[in-house]
Formats: sequence, structure tokens, C-alpha cells
Amino acid sequence: MDSIQQAVSETFAREASRILAALIGSVRDFELAEDALQDALLVALERWAVDGIPRNPGAWLMTVTRRKALDRLRRKNTLAHKQVQLQELLEQEQPGGEDMEDTAIPDERLKLMFTCCHPALGLEAQIALTLHTLGGLSTPEIASAFLVPVPTMAQRLVRAKRKIRDAGIPYRVPESRVLGERVDAVLHVLYLIFNEGYAAMAGSELIRRELCDESIRLARLMAQLLIQESLASEVPEALGLLALLLLHDSRREARVGEDGELVLLEDQERVRWDQQKIEEGKRILERALSMRRAGPYQIQAAISALHAQARQPEETDWPQISALYRVLMVMTPSPIIELNRAVAVAMADGPLQGLRLLEQGNLKKELSDYYLFHAAQADLLRRAGRMRDARDAYMQAYQLCANERERAFLERRLREVVVQITEEGDA
Amino acid sequence: MRYLALIYDNEAAYAAWSEEARVAEYQAYNNFGAEQAQFLGGGKALQPSNTATTVRVRDGKTLTTDGPFAETKDQIGGYYLLNCKDLDEAIEVAAKIPSATHGAVEIRPVLEFD
Repeated sequence: MDSIQQAVSETFAREASRILAALIGSVRDFELAEDALQDALLVALERWAVDGIPRNPGAWLMTVTRRKALDRLRRKNTLAHKQVQLQELLEQEQPGGEDMEDTAIPDERLKLMFTCCHPALGLEAQIALTLHTLGGLSTPEIASAFLVPVPTMAQRLVRAKRKIRDAGIPYRVPESRVLGERVDAVLHVLYLIFNEGYAAMAGSELIRRELCDESIRLARLMAQLLIQESLASEVPEALGLLALLLLHDSRREARVGEDGELVLLEDQERVRWDQQKIEEGKRILERALSMRRAGPYQIQAAISALHAQARQPEETDWPQISALYRVLMVMTPSPIIELNRAVAVAMADGPLQGLRLLEQGNLKKELSDYYLFHAAQADLLRRAGRMRDARDAYMQAYQLCANERERAFLERRLREVVVQITEEGDA
Repeated sequence: MRYLALIYDNEAAYAAWSEEARVAEYQAYNNFGAEQAQFLGGGKALQPSNTATTVRVRDGKTLTTDGPFAETKDQIGGYYLLNCKDLDEAIEVAAKIPSATHGAVEIRPVLEFD
């Protein structure tokens, strides 16, 4: 029995999203499709134990899931619009359908991506639905990843599925006029899923790792599907995102210290970076860049690749990195990117140049509540030898910072600066 | 599918519009009606919300109050009934309603009993 259970759960893990995507395409109803798949899994457990595991378990499961959907529709006392769904399903039933094992399951997962990440759904719902339907994560798994109670997450998923059905959120590849923005929406959701696993310290390590792996898997799938559909204009950024995630993920082991504290890039043990992921990330980025349609994900991946190439922090190509931040600023202006650029410029051309950028325009005002702005400014002032100004900036950063470990770090720096000021005073 | 497009505008701001701007807006609505006719199943502009009366019946008694049901910054100024194949198409049509550029359009699917 154990081996049968394993075969069923492996088939589920491998084929669920493809089966759901194909079935939702016919019945336009997420809940019905999921229920039918659950029915089919139960049948598989029984039948495979008696008849043996079918030659093509995925196709077997698809056929039975489709029949279970038919059963459920028939039981539901055919309303007018159900007739259409029935018709579509019946047309797919082939004569002697018992042996559909060689028919490939059509791949409709790209449509599913667009539906799950439709802007008419809340961002939280988009993320949950994508993980659930395309990633195959269970409701409790997603709930624990986002630190919400299971019933809350279940409710969020049910609401999203019903809105898709009742508001007529389409199940198709968007028209070319809106294709670009809809692809961006999908990539953004995948990026957020990765970040939740990477940057946030919430949730168990196991779940967070799964979020990272899942987002990489889905980014890879998204790029493949866009290539298959010949949507060439959208491929470079999808590859760019995939490269970015791989490059970030290569540092996963090195960025957390023994006590679970964050280790800054320059302090990381670079031998612990995953070279295989770095190589793959760089290869994919090169492919993306060769298509000559640069975008923010590709630029960010290029910055990450430059960090990955440096075996020592001193080898980092800061002039190139600051140039890339400049490009990024033009594409997607934001105060956070400007701050990063200022830090890169300081590394390339000296702290005074960086400080000049920090003091330019509205940056100081826009980031006045952001402790990392003050921490970065303090660091540059310290390196420029302006110790009293550095002290004031460290104080501000310390007061704004809520993270215990970061506060401890800032306090240490603050002491160092104060000691220097005292020594200078004595001298 | 059928959707109701509820058009919200800031009446106070509209009151300050120049005559020219109002004529242009009127023209824009006319053009919208002509260009999107294939999607429109009717629609009307409404008198301002200070003409609204809200009616409730409690314990068999009819209570009427002056003004709209909800006091909000923006008020419903009109509606269209849209016939569209799905939400994407409805969003596209709604985005062309002139008020979408200065007010907002809420699209709600019609609950069909079939």
C-alpha cells in the first residue's frame, strides 16, 4: 500500500497543476476542478492497488479527473450555463476513453498564471492562489508561510476562486495591449513569493526554503511557457527574474550566521556561495541580455551577478554596479534604488561622492523614516572622517531601527565613533 | 456577461469646472456612447446627489431621508450596463468612460438567475 500511496502522491506533485489548468480551461470553475481532482486521487488509491500503477499515471489521472468533473456537473442538476461546461467535457471524452494513456495533457498553465495573478484580485490573494494552484502547496503550508491562521487562508482562497468565477475573470492569455503589464504582474507575484522566503524572518526555515524553491520553479515555468507560446517580447524579463532569483538564492547559506543573524554581503564567507546556481544564473542572464530588451529584472540580475563574480569584497566591480543602478533609476525611479546607487558610487569613487548623492534632491526627506538611509549616511560620514556628523546619523538610525540585531550592530558602530571623537578631542 | 458600471465623480470639483470643460466632457461621453455602442446595454447620467432621497421601511413604516445612502467624497453620477465577454473586456470598456480619468468606475457583475 505504501508504494501505491507514494506513486499517487508523486503523480499528484508532478501533474496536479497541469491537470487543474486543463480542466479549469473547460469548466471555468476552480473549486469544481479541485474537487474533481480530489475525487480522482481517491479512485487512484483504490484502483492502482488492484490493477497496478498505470503506464502513464498522469494521463490516467487526467482522464479520471475529467470524468469526476462530469459526474459532479451531472449531479448538480444541469442549469443552463452548466450545459456549456458539460458539452466541452463530453467533447473531450474519446470513444473507448478507458485507454487515454498516451494522450498528452494539454499545457494550459500559462493561462492559469494570468488568472491567478489577475489585478482584479488582491495581491495577497494572487500570491496564495498561485502557490496553491500552480505550486501545489496545501492551505496549511501557505498559512504557516504567511503567519496567518489556516481558516483565514482557506477563506482567502475560497473568496479568490469565487471572484474569478463570478466576476468573469478570464482564463486566457491577455491581448497584446495589456500583455506586458499582465506578465509584469505575474513576475511581481513570483518575486514576492521568493522574497517572503528569502528576506522575511517569519515562518519556519523549511517553509521559507520551499517558498524560494517554488518561486524559482515557477519563474522557470513562466519563461518556458512564454517561449512555447512565442511571446518573444516578454521572454527577456521572465529570464531576467529567473536569473535574479537564482543569483540571490546562491547566497542563501552564507547570509545567515550561526545564531540566525543576517550576515552582510561584504562579511559573507564567499566559499559558501552556491557556484552551480551562480553559473546557471549568469548563463540565463546572458541569454536574456542577448535578446536586447533590457528591463529592471535583468539589470538587478546583472548587479547581483557582479557581486557573485567577486571572490573577495575588494574585487567587486563597483563602477559597473553604480552604472547599472543609474540605468535602473531611469527604468524604475525609486528612493531605495537611489540610496543603493549612492552606496555603490561611494564604493567606486569615494565616500564624498556618495554623500553628495544622498544629499541631492528630496532623497533625505523621502527616506527620513528609513533607518537604512541614516545608517548608510552614517557609514559614509565615518569613512569620510566626519565623526561628529557620523555620530548624529548613527543615533538617528539607531532610534528608527526596530530590529534587535541591527540595533546591536549600530550601537557598536556608534561607540567606535564616539571613542574616536574623544581621542581626537584629547589629541 | 453583464456588468453594471457605476460612475463616481467628485461633484464639488465638477461644480468648479469651466463651461468649456463641461462641454468637452459632454462631447466625450457622446463619443464614448457611439464608439462603444456594441458593448452598451443602456446607461444614464443622474441628477446630482443633493436630489437624492433614501427610503427605508421599518416595522411597516416608510422612512425617507434627504441625501444619498452613503455620504462619500465621490458620488454616483451615472451608470452603464455593459455586455462583455469577460472582466478584461469590461475593464477595457470601463477605462474608456470619460470619468475614469478624473473619478472612478466600479464594475460589478450582474447576478444572473438562469
